[in-house]
Amino acid sequence: MIEDAAFYIFAGVSLFSAIAVVLSKNIVRAAVGLLGTLGGVACLYFLADANLLGVIQLIVYAGGTLILIVFGIMLTSQSPWVGFLPTKVQAIAASIVAVILTIGIVRLVTLVPWAQRNPDELSQSLTVKSIGDALLTTYLVPFEVASVLLLVVMIGAAYLARTEK
Amino acid sequence: MALIRAIIKHPILSGLLAVTIGGIVVLTLIVAFLDQIKWVLSDQFWFSNILSLAIFGGIMTAVAYCILLERKISAWIQDRYGPNRVGPLGLLQPLADGVKLLLKEDITPGHVDKALFVLAPFMMFVVALIGFAVVPWGGTFRWPWMDADATPLVAQVASIDIAVIYLLAVGSMGVYGVVLGGWASNNKYAFYGAMRAAAQMISYEIPLGLVVLTAVITVGYLLPVDHAMDCLRLEGAVAAQAPHAASWTMWVVFYHPVAALLMFIAALAEANRAPFDLAEAEQELIGGFHTEYSAMKWAMFFLGEYAHMITSSAFMVCLFWGGYHLPYCTWLSTDESALAMLCRIGVIGAKIAIFIGAYMVVRWSLPRFRFDQLMRLAWKSLVPMGLVILAAQVLIVYYGWPQWISIVVNLGVLVLAAIASLTNAMPISGRQQSLLIKEKAAREKEYELQHAGV
Amino acid sequence: MLATIGLQHYLILSALIFSLGVLCMATKRNAIGILIGVELVLNSANINLVGFSKYQTGKGDGQIFAVFVILLAAAEAALAIAIFMNFYNNVRTIDVDRGDELRG
Repeated sequence: MIEDAAFYIFAGVSLFSAIAVVLSKNIVRAAVGLLGTLGGVACLYFLADANLLGVIQLIVYAGGTLILIVFGIMLTSQSPWVGFLPTKVQAIAASIVAVILTIGIVRLVTLVPWAQRNPDELSQSLTVKSIGDALLTTYLVPFEVASVLLLVVMIGAAYLARTEK
Repeated sequence: MALIRAIIKHPILSGLLAVTIGGIVVLTLIVAFLDQIKWVLSDQFWFSNILSLAIFGGIMTAVAYCILLERKISAWIQDRYGPNRVGPLGLLQPLADGVKLLLKEDITPGHVDKALFVLAPFMMFVVALIGFAVVPWGGTFRWPWMDADATPLVAQVASIDIAVIYLLAVGSMGVYGVVLGGWASNNKYAFYGAMRAAAQMISYEIPLGLVVLTAVITVGYLLPVDHAMDCLRLEGAVAAQAPHAASWTMWVVFYHPVAALLMFIAALAEANRAPFDLAEAEQELIGGFHTEYSAMKWAMFFLGEYAHMITSSAFMVCLFWGGYHLPYCTWLSTDESALAMLCRIGVIGAKIAIFIGAYMVVRWSLPRFRFDQLMRLAWKSLVPMGLVILAAQVLIVYYGWPQWISIVVNLGVLVLAAIASLTNAMPISGRQQSLLIKEKAAREKEYELQHAGV
Repeated sequence: MLATIGLQHYLILSALIFSLGVLCMATKRNAIGILIGVELVLNSANINLVGFSKYQTGKGDGQIFAVFVILLAAAEAALAIAIFMNFYNNVRTIDVDRGDELRG
């Protein structure tokens, strides 16, 4: 029961923050909203027995990626209060598409009778060890490819952002 | 009646009377509800909750006295007296400071982004406080009234299996307070401070992570094989460093002295402390990210900063300096009495206090880095050094080599770094160098143009 | 409606956040705002993965996929910010509607 209430609270936090992201005119406020969503979703991960993933979400997403985004915002804004508003046509068209998307996906999700495991088994939580083992055995190739990808991205970003000689 | 009136009017006697009455009331309450209190204290859930409240109170007091200590140490280094007016030796100064900060006018300038302006100091404060949940303060123990075979209590708020990563994550969230505060202030200097803080904290997280990884792997190697996964719990890291017969001490710092030094440097930078306090550089940026803040919101930033210092010191103590263990003291490490628990809290508290003293002495004796020096220190010295030490530790664990090899590697890395710093002394950054070259070329061209007609 | 939390709750939450992310991508004219929308979409995908991992497979595979998604998001953000810096240096604004030099 407590877990159900916690789910609704964290889901509410993430949804509310996501709405704030969409509605905010100021881009830094949008970033703070994204921080709220990330935090709420990380709490949902903790609730879903994905402790390691939740902490990774906080450390990589909130502590790294989002700081990078905020950094980018600060480097590219002429004044703190400049906001680029969409035209009315854009906003209305986008809202219609989003509403249709929401209705469509929610309808799909509720239509399909999802097979669920026995709730008694659900409580067994995954250890960090099992995830680490899987990363270095079953998922070794993607893991290594990901590291190469990160290297490529690092070089590419450094090349793109270099100062002109 | 006259006697009572005289006592009430007398300043000291009336105080004594009040204290006596209050003491009697509290004692009666304790005696009346002794069983209930015993029960609440013996239950791990309630004990953890009470402990978290006690830690909150303790940390707040510690932070207030840290500020006094900072002022005393700065005074000592600058050959002054420091605060000595309020109470004996100035010991009531934190109280006076707190009252002053609470009563000061809380100014919110008209040009700021109000919501973020209010949010930022609270974020800094909260983020600095939640890290204490995983610190092992006193190990396992039983109250004197508990049965000898009862499950012992753990003097720790939460024991999670990823405490080390959790602390890193919480530490990396600390930058939001500074960045948002600087941004919301809508002030050039605050903005520069925020920019610097963001770049600095992202950079120093990498050496910090490398060093923490090294310590975690070492701890996993020192622990018995069936408990090796405990290395990600802070109490597991502490348990690995308990003194035992085979070796007089097992602190990780003896195996990785340079890694411990790197962690100290990275923790200084993460806490935005001098010599890495570029985010609030007074000379250049007035006050940096907190230029526009005043009263309690301003104080929140500083409470957050000092709480962050305590968290990072506790982190260092648990990973490298043996937590609550002392060399040779097997009683302290293994006894399960409440007295031993209190002694353990005292030991870990003393170690944390030593680190905080070190932070302060460093702050008041070293000059601030320039920003390019700061970045070069992180990327060109700390990261390579951390990488070499980490690689060496991984090889040691993989091939099962004796752990003392890491000492050789550590010292070798230090020597190599010293040689590299001697041979490759570059006082200015690459960008500045290219600018200088450009400038020189322009000057030469101008000179040629001026003298071409002659 | 307030039934015991199951897979469907995670999926519906994910769908809502996904739509909000799409809306954010469509309405923001600030390039970084679009990037934030992309992050929302990636997050919704992660919620799905974790939900399926918890209620269907019970093994860590969904979580591992989510770790890769987080990693890709970090890589994508780094590259995107670098591109936006160049865009800003060339056009002196971060408004994506101004990046229409190649239009015929």
